[in-house]
Amino acid sequence: MLEGKKIIILGDRDGIPGGAIEACLAGKPLEVAFSTTACFV
Amino acid sequence: MDLENQKRVKALAEQFGKENIVVLLGGADAEASGLIAETVIAGDPAYAGALTGVPLGLPAYHILEPEIRREIDPAVYEANIGMMEMVLPVEDIVKEVSSIRQKLLS
Repeated sequence: MLEGKKIIILGDRDGIPGGAIEACLAGKPLEVAFSTTACFV
Repeated sequence: MDLENQKRVKALAEQFGKENIVVLLGGADAEASGLIAETVIAGDPAYAGALTGVPLGLPAYHILEPEIRREIDPAVYEANIGMMEMVLPVEDIVKEVSSIRQKLLS
């Protein structure tokens, strides 16, 4: 599902930050196009 | 959803095409995560940002959803997500985001 895709990561500082999601995707055949960690409220 | 991020997501969808994008969420609760999913699928429900009236139709999943989890090495997942998985309302988040996707993403 993620292979070959451009990934947009919308992390949450009170939940799971963008960096943690990025770390899960490291080395996979995909491209993180944008990653941020915001307050969702 | 943050107004700057709405602009950024819109620009990326135009640049790469919606069929090439997957959005991954890390929201702390079901309601907020569902709102973000709704925004990138059907447009900004708050009528405030660049995605107002812009149904991008981007597939949005929470990192806690099984479809995403099974694509990640279990040890890597545990190391990066495991701690928060214990404290977040996983069932509620998964239910909300998957239901928004089923309802709005045709």
